[in-house]
Amino acid sequence: MDLALYLAQQLVNAVSLGSVYALSAIGLSLVYGVLRLINFAHGDLLALGAYAALALLAVPRLPLGAALLLPVALVGAVGLAVERVAYRPIRRAPEVNALIVSLALSVIVQNLLVMTLTAQPRPFHLPPQLAGLLLLGGVVVSRMALLTTALAVGLMTALHLMVRRTRVGTAIRATAEDRDAAELMGIPTDRVIGLTFALGAALGGFAGVMLGGQYGRIDPFMGFLPGLKAFVAAVLGGLGSVPGAILGGYLLGFGEILFVGLLPPALSGYRDAFVFTLLILILLLRPQGVLAGR
Amino acid sequence: MRAAVLLRTGGTAAAAVLLLLLAERTLNEYHLRLLNVVGINVILATSLNLTNGFTGIFSLGHAGFMAVGAYAGTLLTFPVARKAMLLPDLPRWLAQVEWPFLPALLAGGALAALAAVAVGWPVLRLRGHYLAVATLGFMVIVQVLATNLDRYTRGALGINGIPPYTTLWWVAACVAATLVVLGHLLDSGVGRALRAVRDDDLVAQALGIPVARYRLGALTLGAGFAGVAGVLWAHLITVISPGAFSFLLTFQIVVMVVVGGMGSLSGSVVAAVLLTLVPEGLRRLEQGAVVAGLTIPPLFGLSQIVLACALVLVMIYRPAGLLGQAEVGWRHLRHLRDLRQRRLPAREAEERG
Repeated sequence: MDLALYLAQQLVNAVSLGSVYALSAIGLSLVYGVLRLINFAHGDLLALGAYAALALLAVPRLPLGAALLLPVALVGAVGLAVERVAYRPIRRAPEVNALIVSLALSVIVQNLLVMTLTAQPRPFHLPPQLAGLLLLGGVVVSRMALLTTALAVGLMTALHLMVRRTRVGTAIRATAEDRDAAELMGIPTDRVIGLTFALGAALGGFAGVMLGGQYGRIDPFMGFLPGLKAFVAAVLGGLGSVPGAILGGYLLGFGEILFVGLLPPALSGYRDAFVFTLLILILLLRPQGVLAGR
Repeated sequence: MRAAVLLRTGGTAAAAVLLLLLAERTLNEYHLRLLNVVGINVILATSLNLTNGFTGIFSLGHAGFMAVGAYAGTLLTFPVARKAMLLPDLPRWLAQVEWPFLPALLAGGALAALAAVAVGWPVLRLRGHYLAVATLGFMVIVQVLATNLDRYTRGALGINGIPPYTTLWWVAACVAATLVVLGHLLDSGVGRALRAVRDDDLVAQALGIPVARYRLGALTLGAGFAGVAGVLWAHLITVISPGAFSFLLTFQIVVMVVVGGMGSLSGSVVAAVLLTLVPEGLRRLEQGAVVAGLTIPPLFGLSQIVLACALVLVMIYRPAGLLGQAEVGWRHLRHLRDLRQRRLPAREAEERG
């Protein structure tokens, strides 16, 4: 294969993987912004999204858009509920407690899926409109990847504009800046935190749908590693910043694909080790992220 | 006083030996194995408490250190003949090694401690959340290495047929060693320094405590015990694979430490015992059962869910864990008795003058 074409193909793969990371990193980053909490259960929201999409895609005569976007709303609602039930009671406790609760939530979601749907991986069947592959100038792109990446970019743009331009977005940023001061200014911080959780979870849900489409099969533990990698992406771009999370997500996607695509195949098994070594390096050398100070 | 201490220590040891003898004679194979697992979990939980509870380093890498110990110990004790079959590509020096259990135990612990020094050196500069995620990253890296270094580990296939050296006596000896070392350490000036580092590292630094060195030391020692536990575990189960040393294992150990109380050694012991036995009981339910004419379908994962829910409840209603930073033991029982008789040592001294 000619080199340019090969690189173009890798680029396409990197964009679609990067979108998954970027979407999930936004959720983690937003939640970290308002609560100073690293939500270890975030990855499991991805799995929930994927299962919801799988179920909805199997419903006959449901419009395709609805099958892909309903999981977003559904997982958003789960995020809202989890915040209310598990995180709100411990909001004033030391940060380690929240971390531990998020670990527990992760285990609960995983095992609820195992209990109800078994641990067996399931094929992620695509409806005929999405199943095909497109050939764009010699580069192979699946319809699913094309559609979901476009939707992901749309969602991210909408979220970015919301956080920057609207009253709700201002309230989120104010809460992240200083919760007590925001409260004194009349911002209902409890509701803002709940909303932030829901937004983050919703984007995570969509990332899960994309992930299912990319791997072609899903299982209850599928979200764990992508969830951790989303954290790497969020740290890469600077925790707490939406554009940072997006940039970090794409950087990580490109880095991972380049690592696998350009280095000898014997090393491709070390892909995850590469990601986490990268994490440790960033944390040590530039913990504020590449976008810090912008 | 000294005689009393000797008597108490000797008495405890003798009682323990008697109990162990009794257990060995009366328990069936399943229950013996369970008892061994309890002991290994006690080692894991107390050693994790050294870092997470007493020193304030919230590490999620314990399963990684355990894996290092388990693989190292296995490679050292594995029979030469079987090595040639299962692991034909081992380097010569390792292929011809077949150590007895004790040196392998020590070597597994030492190697895990060495890994902790290598990881801790850079990573311990981080704090809080960042440190937790970085150590979890280390755990994933260990798993990836174990999966990909086929030459040494057989990759995802894992190594089976490990000699079953782990007996109740080995486990009991290791548990005793862990508790004695950690108990004395935490009761000494070093233990107080570690707590000072946890509570306020700036003040500790100002008081002349070498904070960085103490943090690294605590991580290293904790990892060493985790390595020993890994060797014991490998030679008990006799099969190891990268998947066994997962996030779930780390989570289980963290739960024990947190539920028992971060900063309470005896709390970790109690929690390790309870949280090993209760899920094992629940596991029966997972297979499905018929209770009072009702058929309960198999509920795989139920024990994990119960454990995790219990953890969330503990965090909400008793955020410091069951024991907090308190301890239960001989001295504390006596202290309780003194309290009841209103004869506190401090007050006694006051009265005397």
